[in-house]
Amino acid sequence: MKRTSWQEYQKKVADDDYYYVRSCIRQNFFPGSEKAFLNIIGGDLGRSIYENPEHTTCTGIGYHSDIVPMETTMTVVARQFALLTESGRENLAVSCITSFGLYTEMLETWHEFPETEERTRRYLKEATGREFRKPKNVAHTSDIMFHHREEIARKVRHRLVNVKTGEPLRVVDHIGCHYAKLFPKVGIGGAEFPHVLAGMVEAWGGEVIDYPERRHCCGFGFRNYLVKANRGFSIANTHKKLESMAPFKPDFIITNCPGCPMFLDRWQYTIAEMEGTTYGQDGVGIPALTYEEVAGLVMGYDPWALGLQMHQVNVEPLLDKMGVKYDPAAKYLGLNGKYIGKPADTAVNINCGTQQVIRNL
Amino acid sequence: MSVNFGYTISLPRAVDLDRNDFSVALRVLRRLPELESCIGCGGCTATCTAGAFTEFNFRRVQTLVRRGEYGGAYREMNKCMLCGKCRLVCPRGINTRAVVMTIKRELGTGY
Repeated sequence: MKRTSWQEYQKKVADDDYYYVRSCIRQNFFPGSEKAFLNIIGGDLGRSIYENPEHTTCTGIGYHSDIVPMETTMTVVARQFALLTESGRENLAVSCITSFGLYTEMLETWHEFPETEERTRRYLKEATGREFRKPKNVAHTSDIMFHHREEIARKVRHRLVNVKTGEPLRVVDHIGCHYAKLFPKVGIGGAEFPHVLAGMVEAWGGEVIDYPERRHCCGFGFRNYLVKANRGFSIANTHKKLESMAPFKPDFIITNCPGCPMFLDRWQYTIAEMEGTTYGQDGVGIPALTYEEVAGLVMGYDPWALGLQMHQVNVEPLLDKMGVKYDPAAKYLGLNGKYIGKPADTAVNINCGTQQVIRNL
Repeated sequence: MSVNFGYTISLPRAVDLDRNDFSVALRVLRRLPELESCIGCGGCTATCTAGAFTEFNFRRVQTLVRRGEYGGAYREMNKCMLCGKCRLVCPRGINTRAVVMTIKRELGTGY
């Protein structure tokens, strides 16, 4: 039942002519990911993508932190739709999970309470003189990657297979909470069995791991992290997930949210420094990648051009398993060839041969 | 020494039945098997004299002990004055005063 029930939740994803809206935080967290999406979908697959420099935040972080009121958020979202309308496109491609959830929430609110849409149109007109049409298709960029997964699979250079053993790599998929937990009908596979990342992994040769805390939050949760006093709760969520997935010996984690790869990656560093525990094989951490980075690796992109050096948990063990060639000396050279600085050695990357090592710092 | 980030990993508040130690709970139940028949109605707590003046909650403490959660149970049970009103209202006829004394005896003052 589990393996097929996702098929009951399907959504239409546009095939071409995307209006791309970036995430506020992804360019800081994993700066190569959005560029990789544009290169793969726009370059390798030849689809048309338009980016508007006037696009701003959707207010999602402020909205979910109870700082920005809903009327303000609605008006900002309406302005984004006005830019989309002015561009002549109709297919919104959203890079951020929270933006995707927020756009969906505002559209649903306008549908259920038409007076809020009327009021928002009035606010937007008064504030900016703009008008908008609702997008014909709203898709998260992982939906679009899922939509094109078979085409990518036909151009594959490195399958998600251990080149030494020939076995498929064992992959943990982690879906952002705002993808389908808000409105199950807008996610591929719904809220309980989202298939958007699992479909990519299976198409590219990997094996998806089902483990007890698979649908648990990564721990970001905005206020859980933004307020320092709450961070113990944030890291406790990640800790719970890692404890649950570790016995299944995953080779890497694939995510589709701005916050999830950040927290599943950085909290591994923090847990290792706090209590000396690492969760990957050989006493090191589990690499946590975005789906664009995985697609880039599969298609033969240079790992350092994908920004994989920005991960706290080293990705080299995964690259070795996949048989990806890389230049260790070029890891900390920026795109212009200038040295960008090397981080200090950390407990999460030291192979100590045990999972319970406390470093004397 | 581990690094101090200014916060720690919060402990979960869920009862983990897979990891808890049930040895004390099993000893209590061996002495008072009727405790298994508790339906958790809360009559004991509603009528509790000690509970009227303190935060003492007999139903909560004995339920936690049966699930292997012993932290603070002895101190809590010490609030009981053994008046026996709870025994009068228990629909299952459980000897609640014996439950208090048995839990205290089996746990010892360390809890």
